[in-house]
Amino acid sequence: MANKSNSSSLVIKGGHLIDPAAGIDAPMDVLLKDGRVAEIAPPNQIRGGADQKFDARGLIVAPGFIDLHVHLREPGQTYKETIATGTAAAAAGGFTSVCCMPNTAPVVDSPEWVTWIQQPEREAAVNVFPIAAATQGSKGTALTDYRGLQRAGAVAVTDDGKPILDDDTMREVLGLASQINLPVIQHAENTRITENCPMNEGPTSFRLGLRGMKTVAESAIVERDVQLAQQFAGARLHVAHLSTADALKAVRRGKRHRVRVTCEVTPHHFALTDADVGDYDTNFKMNPPLRSAADREAILVALADGTVDAIATDHAPHAIHEKIMEFERAMFGITGLETAVGLAITRLHREQKIPLARIVELFTAGPARVVDLRGRGTLVRGSYADVTVFDPKKRWTFEAAKSRSKSRNTPFDGWQLTGKVVATVVGGKIVYRSE
Amino acid sequence: MNKVTRGSLLGIEHLQAAEILGLLKLARRMNPRKPRPLLRGKRVLLLFYEPSTRTRSSFEVAAKSMGAMTTLVLSSGSSIEKGESLLDTAYTLRAVGADVIVIRHPHAGAPLLMAQHLDIPVVNAGDGMHEHPSQALLDAYTILRHKKTLKGLRVAIVGDIYHSRVARSGIHLLSKFGAHITLCGPPEFVPETAATLQPGLHISRTAEEALHGADVIMVLRVQKERLAGMKIKLQDYIARYQMTMARLKLAKRDALVMHPGPIIRGLELTWEVADCPQSAIVEEVANGVPVRMAILAEALGKAR
Repeated sequence: MANKSNSSSLVIKGGHLIDPAAGIDAPMDVLLKDGRVAEIAPPNQIRGGADQKFDARGLIVAPGFIDLHVHLREPGQTYKETIATGTAAAAAGGFTSVCCMPNTAPVVDSPEWVTWIQQPEREAAVNVFPIAAATQGSKGTALTDYRGLQRAGAVAVTDDGKPILDDDTMREVLGLASQINLPVIQHAENTRITENCPMNEGPTSFRLGLRGMKTVAESAIVERDVQLAQQFAGARLHVAHLSTADALKAVRRGKRHRVRVTCEVTPHHFALTDADVGDYDTNFKMNPPLRSAADREAILVALADGTVDAIATDHAPHAIHEKIMEFERAMFGITGLETAVGLAITRLHREQKIPLARIVELFTAGPARVVDLRGRGTLVRGSYADVTVFDPKKRWTFEAAKSRSKSRNTPFDGWQLTGKVVATVVGGKIVYRSE
Repeated sequence: MNKVTRGSLLGIEHLQAAEILGLLKLARRMNPRKPRPLLRGKRVLLLFYEPSTRTRSSFEVAAKSMGAMTTLVLSSGSSIEKGESLLDTAYTLRAVGADVIVIRHPHAGAPLLMAQHLDIPVVNAGDGMHEHPSQALLDAYTILRHKKTLKGLRVAIVGDIYHSRVARSGIHLLSKFGAHITLCGPPEFVPETAATLQPGLHISRTAEEALHGADVIMVLRVQKERLAGMKIKLQDYIARYQMTMARLKLAKRDALVMHPGPIIRGLELTWEVADCPQSAIVEEVANGVPVRMAILAEALGKAR
């Protein structure tokens, strides 16, 4: 972990605290001490001094934001990103904790690699929680050592990017994980019917002469997984980057039947549609692909009504030579850590009128619950001293060239956003402060 | 996105009607039999990542009949086989001295990508399932030699529209000039989304309905291998959609039968239809030369 115990203290004064897990939405000062929350109290009621003071007047103070889905590309793909650069981008984007995906080179399928990711030599700027592979090499056959992985610090298992299609394997994965209360994250895509499909099926794919991914490729897997999860008491299924209206229906059905199913949505899926691909802009190519306006509409409803548990970026950095090429050959994925908060406030709060408290929940208590990050996602006394301070009214322009990430593959370069992260505090230390 | 060099022809979709008319007018002044050395000293690079008979030879004849020098680069036997990227191939050809690159590529959008990164014009000779603009232009040129105007013409496009770049370019062009277009074929070849390509498109699942009263019939090639794994069997397709003399009678008496080639006699059309007096299939090929002369002259700024 990046936040080792330290003896300093920091008081964040004058801000408006939104802590949905604690039911707080009021002006509060926050005292952080020795890496923990020492006290929260109405303005000017915290007694005694602190080594450091942060003036949060006019700003929202929230529990540190958590991103359930990032690709930090280590081990092995350091030309795209490193744990150091990826977490620096996370800090700039207001995230104090990120969960990193195991589809690296090699695949993170052993306790040794899970440990390696968390070593101080990686120079992580924020907390990193590894997600381990569900099967060896993510090949979809032999399961990995779930107990060992969990003991080493893995918070979930997944074969992200290589969905588990085989029913028996998925049943085995859910069964084993349920014994130790480990969430299983599925990238829901029936890859048998999406081969050579670089984008969503619809008018834009037809116009561009590109093969389209059908929405059923996602929803059918979610439906099946929900059914399988229902068969094991205690099985926890988390649907990664959900993108279709039909998959949402399956999640709602599961939740109604008390299946422990959760889901996340990315900023690009609530902000964009497949029409935005324009004329083969590979910065709009990701998997799952941008969907129709109707799917986007369904996602907006689900973000507001509580069906969606978390906003996750699916931050997927790629080098220039992997993106500036024929659309069909370009890699799937875009960066997202530094634009998520601005997009959420601009699109969900200002345009869709979703309350700020709900948006904060989607970045804090929601994701913390999905992977059981105890003591995070809230600022009740005794919690970890992870805080995100943001200005919900600040207008700013995102410039990809100034990104902390090693990569520049974002569709949001030059976007005017409202809502900006002002400071990111991890373990009581300010790791990012906007200039 | 970078700007595309003037004179590039990447597709019909984004062209203005006036630009299309300009090219067609210019094509009418081009005569391959009476060469004019408009492009003397110019180097035309033909970069073909896919097989081609018609398009390649007619671009070559077009370039040479205007005095240009042509060089053909095929993906096999070139550094492309060694893994050179499209853009690096483009930069190489530019450095060799290409004044214009004519490219055919299996990936949709490849000519656009090239044009966005080069300072010379790029001409799309067919990209994946996307567009084949020179074919649409020569088809319009051919139609206008037989019909007064495109406006109000009833056009039936029959066959595998989903996989066809010719169909997409043709639909864009004819729609811009107010033709009434019916797309005809089974759902695998003519999905409902096909109707969203331009406003006012109709879809018909029966050849008889689509051909009724048609002024122009565009038949598309059907690749046998694409029928594999589909619900529709080859014999069913032939029974329901093949262009026969009997079906042709449903169209107007002076209806024009067109096909971008290569034709497969006995599959999408019968022997008799291919050679019937209304067939413009061979004429289309011939018209490809002046049309491509116009495209190259325009690309190189010698269109006056």
